[in-house]
Amino acid sequence: MFGDYSLGDLGSIFVMQGFAGLILFSVYVLMALGLAIIFGQMGVINMAHGEFMILGAYVTWMTSNLFQTYLPGLFAGYFFLAMILAFLASGALGMLVEWGLIRHLYKRPLDTLLATWGLSLILQQAYRSIFGAREVGVELPPWMLGSLKVTDSIEVPINGVFVMCLTVLITIVVAYVMYKSRWGRQVRAVVQNRIMAGAVGINTEKVDRYTFGLGCGIAGIAGSAFTMIGSTGPTSGQLYIVDTFLVVVFGGAASLLGTIASAFSISQTQSTLEFFMSGSMAKVLTLLAVVGILMLRPQGLFALKVRK
Amino acid sequence: MTNARFATRSELIGILVLAVFLVVILPLCLDVFRLNLVAKYLTYAFVALGLVICWGYGGILSLGQGVFFGLGGYCMAMFLKLEASSVENTKIQSTPGIPDFMDWNQITALPMFWKPFHSLTLTIIAVILVPGIFALIIGAAMFKRRVGGTYFAIITQAVAAILTILIVGQQGYTGGINGMTDLRTLKGWDIRPDHAKIVLYFFEVACLFGCIFIAQFIRHSKLGRILVAMRDKEDRVRFSGYSVANFKIFAFCVAAVFAAIGGAMFALNVGFMSPSFVGIVPSIEMVIYTAVGGRLSILGAVYGTLLVNFAKTSLSESFPELWLFGLGGLFIAVVLAFPNGLAGIWQDHVQPRIDRLLSSRKPKPAAGWTDNSVADGAPAE
Amino acid sequence: MSDEIKRGLQSPLRRKLLMGMAALPAISMLSRPSFGAGPATSAVNTTGLAVTDTEVTCGILHSATGTMAISETGSIQAEKLAIEQINAMGGILGRKIKFIQEDGASDWPTFAEKAKKLLVNDKVAAIMGCWTSASRKAVLPVMEQYNGMLYYPTFYEGLEQSKNVIYTGQEATQQILAGLNWIAKEKGAKSFFFIGSDYIWPRTSNKIARKHVENVLKGKVVGEEYYALGSTQFNSVINKIKLTKPDVIFTDVVGGSNVAFYKQLKAAGIDLSKQALLTISVTEDEIDGIGGENIAGAYACMKYFQSLDNPNNKAFVPAFKKQWGEKTVIGDVTQAAYLGPWLWKLTVEKAGSFDIDKVAAASPGIEFKGAPEGYVRIHENHHLWSKTRVGRAKLDGQFELIYETADLVEPDPFPKGYQ
Repeated sequence: MFGDYSLGDLGSIFVMQGFAGLILFSVYVLMALGLAIIFGQMGVINMAHGEFMILGAYVTWMTSNLFQTYLPGLFAGYFFLAMILAFLASGALGMLVEWGLIRHLYKRPLDTLLATWGLSLILQQAYRSIFGAREVGVELPPWMLGSLKVTDSIEVPINGVFVMCLTVLITIVVAYVMYKSRWGRQVRAVVQNRIMAGAVGINTEKVDRYTFGLGCGIAGIAGSAFTMIGSTGPTSGQLYIVDTFLVVVFGGAASLLGTIASAFSISQTQSTLEFFMSGSMAKVLTLLAVVGILMLRPQGLFALKVRK
Repeated sequence: MTNARFATRSELIGILVLAVFLVVILPLCLDVFRLNLVAKYLTYAFVALGLVICWGYGGILSLGQGVFFGLGGYCMAMFLKLEASSVENTKIQSTPGIPDFMDWNQITALPMFWKPFHSLTLTIIAVILVPGIFALIIGAAMFKRRVGGTYFAIITQAVAAILTILIVGQQGYTGGINGMTDLRTLKGWDIRPDHAKIVLYFFEVACLFGCIFIAQFIRHSKLGRILVAMRDKEDRVRFSGYSVANFKIFAFCVAAVFAAIGGAMFALNVGFMSPSFVGIVPSIEMVIYTAVGGRLSILGAVYGTLLVNFAKTSLSESFPELWLFGLGGLFIAVVLAFPNGLAGIWQDHVQPRIDRLLSSRKPKPAAGWTDNSVADGAPAE
Repeated sequence: MSDEIKRGLQSPLRRKLLMGMAALPAISMLSRPSFGAGPATSAVNTTGLAVTDTEVTCGILHSATGTMAISETGSIQAEKLAIEQINAMGGILGRKIKFIQEDGASDWPTFAEKAKKLLVNDKVAAIMGCWTSASRKAVLPVMEQYNGMLYYPTFYEGLEQSKNVIYTGQEATQQILAGLNWIAKEKGAKSFFFIGSDYIWPRTSNKIARKHVENVLKGKVVGEEYYALGSTQFNSVINKIKLTKPDVIFTDVVGGSNVAFYKQLKAAGIDLSKQALLTISVTEDEIDGIGGENIAGAYACMKYFQSLDNPNNKAFVPAFKKQWGEKTVIGDVTQAAYLGPWLWKLTVEKAGSFDIDKVAAASPGIEFKGAPEGYVRIHENHHLWSKTRVGRAKLDGQFELIYETADLVEPDPFPKGYQ
């Protein structure tokens, strides 16, 4: 298939293709980070993760409408405020859900799965009733559209670069919070031994609530960022959920590094395969490879050794 | 309860009540259209029944039962589709005698893996074996490596996602997202008219009772008790010298075969099969049927399936918006408030009162999680 | 009777209707309609349909919930509007149309189940409904078995023809060929890149398009790609487009994937004012989600645009907006859905009966001059003769009409040489 093209053409395509893979990688990391925290640290499967993302997307949409109506002069910068609002909204809803639902089910992880699935149905219908069944288009500030011309033939989408930077930033913040801050130590203490953590004076309930809130808040930011590349509708969240879970499980549940490594390998595999075959076949092969590897190594790429 | 009796007295009464309900009351009260709907719901009851064995007793939550339902359904649908695509029925196609969707996708000869489905015997064997072997492979790979719980649930989900994408993507061979429609005859016997629907309904109910008896047998055999023991303290069972993995694989395979039979019944009763039964959403919905009926109750699974589906049909007829709220709420309510579902409610609230009324014997103690004497009473309808 | 509705009836149509309803007192056109003055029920309904002296029941069967609700909402709205307008004019054969709405819930077997319910339990005289090919395929055997009448609004892949269905949208050759001819002539296009969602309609449409490009236009298809429904990552295929540099990108991506595709296309620096892109799947409805700025400059090929400048459409658009809100947009399928109840009314009045067999037999040749897209006529194969148009997407989410075929294009669901 490459016979007809010049070497220069091919070179720049490979650069851009590598970049496409990196964007997909950022997307996966962003999606999976919140889930990795919740699943990895708390053992809770949050099937409503996609819906928390979509909440962030709707918040972004509302913010953009507000700015267009009341502050058109500041429209160029609305996205940053929108992301903070998305974080707060999803995080707050997450804490509420933890309080009302999840905390009653810590001893029954399989049941959280069913309960959060129910929650996701309710949220979807709520979005549909509030925002309508149609997808909404989020208008982006002009500077986010278009591409950077690196050379004559290599062009890089600006929103892709933006998502990548955002991913790096959030990953660093999360890593710092989880591994360096006092609060992060408390979270990990609770994960490793809840009773002992309680005995040394950690308020485990509060830690749980904030952990869940943080995970959902990051989902909100992810949703906000995805308005740049995808669509926002009541059921959009469902599209992401399987990919997200696979990334987390493939990486090994309790490991942040594992999540990143698995997002990297899955995204690169998929984007390379997509270039050589049809998109839907590429997807099947990627998923098959992931499931195949999981059958051989069920604990994922990086497993934390915890006494069960 | 050490003897491997097939069923206790109250269970026998329960089965009898269900039989009367399905065989006498429903056909007398409902017109053919509604009866056919019940037949459709009951196909899901096969899946729910399998989940009672595998989830309720074995503690293995599979979120991919749609895969097996779909495999069984597709096997049956392939047979029916071949019969519906006779040369004279398809003479407007460029290649007559192959299913219409193949013709649309420029396939000019019947693919190899379709060939066995010319024969009904081979089809029936395939309905059982294909999903069974598939479950065996997944189960062996997972359980031998001691993967379980939430991991297993997510991996089964991924399998469901893969199979859906595969079926949709390979539309020349599978009919794609449209599925296999317009199934007409079974060995020359038209499955579409009303009298055929009635015959098929009774046939399905008979198969369902067959599965119920198998489930009862498993539950009351030593096997069933090991499953329960395994669910509650896996390590102790392992230390006692049992191969935990093999028991899990067995339970998973039984559930898969039940689901596949349900799928085949679906293709027969509804005249239709599509990838929308294979994916994640239907798979999880099937779990909720079991949960509503009571994950420990074999008969509860049937009642739960019927109840949720009746509610779905009637609610979505009058308040389509409300339905999703209702279904979502049901998930949460069943998990938070009624972990034993309808059967639990019956057990805790209705049964004692009946017993007191009859006062023929002492009220039984309330059933706990590990209590093997959970009776499958018919919940209030 | 409101002014909009009066304007909605162009004079030729009104004449035709008056003739058709000769049995009716003519005043019912001018004052509040009174029902029950039509021919005796025993004469117009010999098969036990839900027809009384004053009412006739039809069904509306679309997804109000689930993923397809996005697309099908517009069709429901259009059908309800048409029914209301017909009722305001005196209904059909002096009978008010009552509708029963069922939710297909984006689930094909549910569609079949609800269709059966409408036909068997409710005995509806016609069903306006279905959207996706899959839902139609699921409903079709039911319609044929219980002898119902379905008015199906979506542009679709063809390869189908039924006594029990009237296809008010275009079939694939009708929609595609004129557009390809136009772009080949206008842009001198020789190389095409096809990208679609992975299911029967895009695959069949692309098959037809490929045959046409290769055999008739003597061009070349440099790529053909399919993505699973709901896919949101198109960067790889965009790179392939950049590599192959086609003259025309031909797309039939549907649903939410559209949004991702056009946003990423724009972000990748493909400027649609320079790179020709012809889509057969993006209507005004989709642009609502995509955003006008992301797709401006693209060409779409279908039979109706909201911006069409003709008297019928000038009456239809305000009436629709008055009913469903200023912000609603009207796409090709919405308009086709609007035709359903009108065609049914005209056919029943020509047949003088609600009986399905008589309606099916009377359908060929039915003309509707009041259609927002302009004149349409039902072909012997139960599809519509209609014009095909090419529009160019503008920033405000509307299309600017660039080209329309001089004559009506004949529907050809089983095209020779394209299979």
